[in-house]
Amino acid sequence: MTLSFASQLINLCAALLLLLSFAMLSQRRVLTLVDLFAMQGCTLFVSIIVVAWSTGQPHLYYSAALTLILKVLVLPIILHRLIRRLGVQWENETLLNTPTTMLLGLLLVIFAFTLAQPISQLANTVTRSTLGIALAVVMLSFLMMITRGKAVTQVIGFLAMENGLFFAATSATYGMPMVVELGVALDVLVSMVIFGIFFFQIREQFDSLDLHHLESLKED
Amino acid sequence: MELIILLSIPLFGSLLLALVGQHEWAPEANVFVSAGTFAIGVWLTVYVIAHGPMLVWHEQFFIDPFNVFLVALTSFIGLTTSLFSRSYMRIEANHGRLNHNQLRLYHSMFQLFMFTMLLALTTNNMGLLWVAMEAATLTTVLLVSLYRTPASIEAAWKYFILCGVGIAQALFGTILLYFAAEKVLGSSGTTALLWTHLDDVKDQLEPTVLSLAFVFLLVGYGTKVGLAPLHNWLPDAHAEGPTPISAVLSGLLLNVALYAVVRCKVLVQGSVHSDLAGNLMMGFGLFSVVLAAFMLWRQKDIKRLFAYSSVEHMGIATFAFGMGGPVANFAALLHMTVHSLIKSSIFFTVGHATQKAGTQIMEKIRGLITINPTVGWGLMLGTLAILGMPPFGVFASEFLILITAMRDHPWAIPILLLGLGVAFGAIFTRVQAMVFGETNLQRLPHPPALIPVFVHIAIVLMLGVYIPPHLAAWYREAARIIG
Amino acid sequence: MVNATTLFTQLIEIILAVIAAPLLIGWVNQCRAWLQNRRGAGMLQPYRSIRKLFHKDAVIAANASALFRLVPYIQFASMCLAAAIIPSLWTGLPFAVAADTIALVGLFATARVFLALAAMDIGTAFGSMGARREMLVGFLAEPALLMVFFTASLISHSTSFPTIVETLASGRLAIYPSLAFAGVAFLMVLLAENARIPVDNPATHLELTMIHEATVLEYSARHLALIEWSAALKLFNYACIGLALFFPWGLATNTHNLLDLLLAIPITGLKLLIVGFGLAFIESINAKMRIFRAPEFLATAFLLAVLGLLVHLLLGS
Repeated sequence: MTLSFASQLINLCAALLLLLSFAMLSQRRVLTLVDLFAMQGCTLFVSIIVVAWSTGQPHLYYSAALTLILKVLVLPIILHRLIRRLGVQWENETLLNTPTTMLLGLLLVIFAFTLAQPISQLANTVTRSTLGIALAVVMLSFLMMITRGKAVTQVIGFLAMENGLFFAATSATYGMPMVVELGVALDVLVSMVIFGIFFFQIREQFDSLDLHHLESLKED
Repeated sequence: MELIILLSIPLFGSLLLALVGQHEWAPEANVFVSAGTFAIGVWLTVYVIAHGPMLVWHEQFFIDPFNVFLVALTSFIGLTTSLFSRSYMRIEANHGRLNHNQLRLYHSMFQLFMFTMLLALTTNNMGLLWVAMEAATLTTVLLVSLYRTPASIEAAWKYFILCGVGIAQALFGTILLYFAAEKVLGSSGTTALLWTHLDDVKDQLEPTVLSLAFVFLLVGYGTKVGLAPLHNWLPDAHAEGPTPISAVLSGLLLNVALYAVVRCKVLVQGSVHSDLAGNLMMGFGLFSVVLAAFMLWRQKDIKRLFAYSSVEHMGIATFAFGMGGPVANFAALLHMTVHSLIKSSIFFTVGHATQKAGTQIMEKIRGLITINPTVGWGLMLGTLAILGMPPFGVFASEFLILITAMRDHPWAIPILLLGLGVAFGAIFTRVQAMVFGETNLQRLPHPPALIPVFVHIAIVLMLGVYIPPHLAAWYREAARIIG
Repeated sequence: MVNATTLFTQLIEIILAVIAAPLLIGWVNQCRAWLQNRRGAGMLQPYRSIRKLFHKDAVIAANASALFRLVPYIQFASMCLAAAIIPSLWTGLPFAVAADTIALVGLFATARVFLALAAMDIGTAFGSMGARREMLVGFLAEPALLMVFFTASLISHSTSFPTIVETLASGRLAIYPSLAFAGVAFLMVLLAENARIPVDNPATHLELTMIHEATVLEYSARHLALIEWSAALKLFNYACIGLALFFPWGLATNTHNLLDLLLAIPITGLKLLIVGFGLAFIESINAKMRIFRAPEFLATAFLLAVLGLLVHLLLGS
């Protein structure tokens, strides 16, 4: 099956996104995680530009610019500074070991692909087949949030989930209306600021950002 | 025009309080802003009742009987909560548990929260609804950890992460909704996400996409309603945050989230000609009722106890909305109203009781009626009301729900009665022990603000006995819209 | 189609593979030396050491069975057979009928099993340890290799190697993300199966860190020469498989034009030079992993291969 050049590029970006999600799932160094997140944002930016150029939808250019500024520049910079100030360079423990996490991730990807199949068939965008990958990225980020023990990595997983949702919006419907996208971007930015405040509060109380300290509120 | 004023009052109030929130008169300013919001809310309500539904500002905002009643309720509870928080926060500051900056944050975030609630209620754009719900979480999350204790930080973190993940699911649901809408309405501008347009074309929307979208939307917004099994953040956030925040979370946020779910349900039901949406809501609702009822027995903290009670009542309301039909919708709307009023009044009295006793553990609180009869009686009456005793309003709504269920879904009756009965036993025994009994504590330095409590209880009593015809017609209209 | 020309080309291919394999090893070692700022032993060093080994007397343990003596020959024979099947230069070979990718995996597995048996034959501790480790790595690498082949087969609708190569070579220059994933996975499997860094250090003398070397500790003289030659051939085969699957341009496909056939030789040679340099580069920038991390490494390879498969199924590319 021969696809146009734009479709091939978008497929390549989608595959790269999936690969980056898996890389984030297995990565142990927190700073590299932030860089991988920035790379995800970059890939997202490239794919939106390609979609904008090949389908002639000018509002996607603004969307792409927003992604670039927020997810490739502002958020990683904030995260880098936070990590440096908090001193949490290393992540040592995960809930499951790496091969098991990878296998679970693989199962989630298969699940996401099957879930997205009926919707992909109904779409009429040039990027419809990438909806499954977007859903898979969301699920992999969710897995990452569950299996990690440090607050910072949970937050990065949350932001990666946001990336996946954004890619889903682009692939299913050529992006949401600008007003909504601006609102979502604002929410993400404010969340990041609040997370930052949180990290300091947690560190102040518990002297560490290990989430095991945050498990004491249970039913007793 | 009134809508713009309605929304801008809390927004500017928030900015104002951010600047002046540490002064002595900040709580009074808070009350003043809330009173302004309430006044405009009432004005708007009267206008909509008289003139029918209205679309504002390029169809971006939509007021119909369903959400205007929630707007009035929200602004009313906002006003009474600000009255309560005036004295409560003074006592807290006196005890040294809060400093100036925290008070400033508290007051400005309170008003900002009111703004996001009103925005979520009045917007016509499903995407903006999502943004407002997420913003509501963001404004309150820092407030839950206001006391900076380990438990409160943990509660706030859980709240943030769980609600964040939930809201992300809701975003995916919104994306799917937009996807289905775009095929029918086209992607010019923002018309595809406007609820009024979607309502017009809902039978043309693709059923498979909408059912999948509804699952995600129910899971996403349902997390914020507190439906089990997604309710884990609720008891912690209520227990660890300041009491006025528990009151607004229980009384307002849960309602608005349920409103979002019901709006989506209307669309899905029109498109998918099966009872998928209703069945899902009934299932989640019943599960919440049963789970909450049994969890109530294990609670030692008074605020967690009443938080689980909120889960249970939201489950009942969700169940009722899931059943559908004029009577069940009427009952669910009534239930939302009375539950908000009574739960916030309970939290007001609980707040003062815990301040007096210095602890939230129920075994250590005794003899409220001897220390301060108003607090004791307020708590007792409020508890009786929330447990569904006649002649309070909760009895009326639960009765209506039960008879509808008996007619349409008799299999749910034993589950509901079991849940209600177990909850009755758990709460009543605890509260009775707290209100009566021996104690030797002092009175509070500031007189507690209990007028809001009794106003709420009085309204609920009235609604149990007699619903004014305007209000009844209003509810009926809203029920009809929900379908 | 079997006639004189094809038989001749088949023979040429086997002979060229057998002769060029030690040269590839020598080139990799020389590149590594250059990257490490050393002079190196020269590209012909493997030939010299094989010749030296052939001149020596074989010293075999008293309790060695016949299997021990046979295994070097079995190894060499299977690697030569693999070289005959893999279309490293031309695709129109008479052995092409038997050139099924899955059969190829089976062939490599056979060679590995026999080596492991020979290692355990004498009964030394190091031999058993080496055999166990070798089988572990092989056991984990095989699914990844199979998945890579599945991806390629799904794209070209056949598991026969020449058909795959012809399909991929004749396609337009397109970006196949699934093949990209499969390529990275194949590279990781190549490193694991051929005992290169980061899985195993071929130049180590510390027995406790050995995987492949530990299995051949007991061999000497001509047996050792044949084993080393087979290892070189294995690397050559893997490299050719990689080139045929992922960079097939330049192979003489569907043609019996003598000029095309002759042109394929220098093109493949050039590609192998680049591959050798790349291998040396990878070895120089990585450190050897601890043994318990090897399953992780191979799980990642498996994962990438499956991802490539899934991406192909989903995106159709």
